[in-house]
Amino acid sequence: MNAPFAAVRPERAPALDVERIRADFPILKLKVNGKPLVFLDNAASSQMPQPVIDRWVRYQATQHANIHRAVHYLSETATAEYEAARRRTRVFLNAREEREIIFTSGTTDGINLVMQGYGRKFVGADDEIILTTLEHHSNIVPWQMLAQEKGAKLRVVPVNDRGELLLEEYRKLLGPRTRLVGVTHVSNALGTVNPVGEMIALAHEHGVPVLIDGAQAAPHLKVDVRELDCDFYAFSGHKMCGPTGIGVLYGKAALLEKMQPFKGGGDMILSVTFEKTTYNVIPHKFEAGTPPISQAIALGAAIDYLSAIGMERVCAHEGDLLDYATDQVNRMPGVRIIGTAGKKAAVLSFAVEGVHPHDVGTLLNEEGVAIRTGHHCAQPVMQRFKVPATSRASFAFYNTMDEVDALVAAIRKVQKIFG
Amino acid sequence: MADSKQLYQEVILDHNRKPRNWGSLADATHRAEGLNPLCGDHIHLTVKVTDDTVDAVNFEGESCAICKASASMMTTAVKGKTRDAAEVLVQEFRDMAVGKLDPGRPHHLGRLTVFAGVRNLPTRVKCAILPWHTLHAALNSIETTSTEAEADPMHAPIGGA
Repeated sequence: MNAPFAAVRPERAPALDVERIRADFPILKLKVNGKPLVFLDNAASSQMPQPVIDRWVRYQATQHANIHRAVHYLSETATAEYEAARRRTRVFLNAREEREIIFTSGTTDGINLVMQGYGRKFVGADDEIILTTLEHHSNIVPWQMLAQEKGAKLRVVPVNDRGELLLEEYRKLLGPRTRLVGVTHVSNALGTVNPVGEMIALAHEHGVPVLIDGAQAAPHLKVDVRELDCDFYAFSGHKMCGPTGIGVLYGKAALLEKMQPFKGGGDMILSVTFEKTTYNVIPHKFEAGTPPISQAIALGAAIDYLSAIGMERVCAHEGDLLDYATDQVNRMPGVRIIGTAGKKAAVLSFAVEGVHPHDVGTLLNEEGVAIRTGHHCAQPVMQRFKVPATSRASFAFYNTMDEVDALVAAIRKVQKIFG
Repeated sequence: MADSKQLYQEVILDHNRKPRNWGSLADATHRAEGLNPLCGDHIHLTVKVTDDTVDAVNFEGESCAICKASASMMTTAVKGKTRDAAEVLVQEFRDMAVGKLDPGRPHHLGRLTVFAGVRNLPTRVKCAILPWHTLHAALNSIETTSTEAEADPMHAPIGGA
């Protein structure tokens, strides 16, 4: 007997005033095709609240200069604000030290940094990297490139029909040749919350470091990298109310220090001659060139915004939305939910019988409902569930039960049109 | 404003439900596979050409309603046409789908103009064009074509190949 579906949520989280929160998001007042926008594509990118927009504008209007360089007022101000954003990120993740926080351009960039800096140095011929069926292409392709270059092998943890990783298979894959485990915290295609804590502990029994793709987790769950004991944790700013072009890679200091730099350039060096370059200390060793300064500062503001609401409340509200949406969609004849894991977060993937997801997406847009249709950059998941694509509604804390009703009504219209 | 419901009119939904010339021709002289890697759509075309005439086109595969209906109507539209006339239709259909059809010039699209509305849905233009681009590939002995990269029908040359 399968356990009943339940969205993850902390206990006794106080309720969230959604209407007050929605007032902070100018874009949510938009009308699309004459209908109020119902934005349910948050797993792809979330919207930005006014305080974050304001912070970004204030930086650009009053504080901008290049960082870590000049002695003038603006450069010192910009440097202080950039480093303050790093501090905010450290607190948000409960990392031990600020130098364990590297600003990247996004999750993909962070994963590539680990591949280049750790993988290329420590993975050799016949070594093995463990990934899972649930990975986004961004946590598959870099490792494939590395495996090709080094003659290493990728081993893949399978999932069951509900979209849950098979831990007993994972246990069997871990071995003396394993050099790294890469696993997504939350599946972007199905919403499965993976048992990453347990997976990390198992990997550590073999002395293997673990990289967590947190792109779909950081916006929705309280993430504590010390409690998880993960070795690397990567996420993106634009999925958690921040701007595009900024992301974070957390790495344990001892590992980051052992790694080779990913990109060469300014700011990542202590001294350069044509004979020899001495690299800077972490995190600067991994932040070559002028970083996305304004984006990092805006991400800091987004972290403040989310922290003021409280990730527990975010998680609880999104859990209510997901439970309600799951229940409503389950009642609809001809609609099948794909991904029914025991623990899920914020994502509802579904198939409408006889209607291709692209047609669903186009007709939902007609009703002002924005969802994602396609393979979600997770083709192995699509292959596993034998579908070419799915329709995916993904929630944020600013979504409402009424919007779930709008989604359900719009799906009914699609079914009516296709008769 | 794009009214995509208008696009999903009876004729398209009918061809989606009951695609004409579904399957593959045993005596095909030309064939090609069309792929849209962005959405996973794929169609397989088999074409029988005798002398210079397209005798028959069959298709099968998995795709959205717009792509399937476009393919279905294409198979009936090009049947009995010369290769050149078929290529003209390919060109005209593509021009219509991207909103570049010259309204002042006569065309041969006939009922295919039900797809004109797709020009207002940039993300769906490739769905409508894929079968036509695949036909062009088949007639020119190109085995696979894709809506992306060099083979992208939005950019690839058509006609006079």
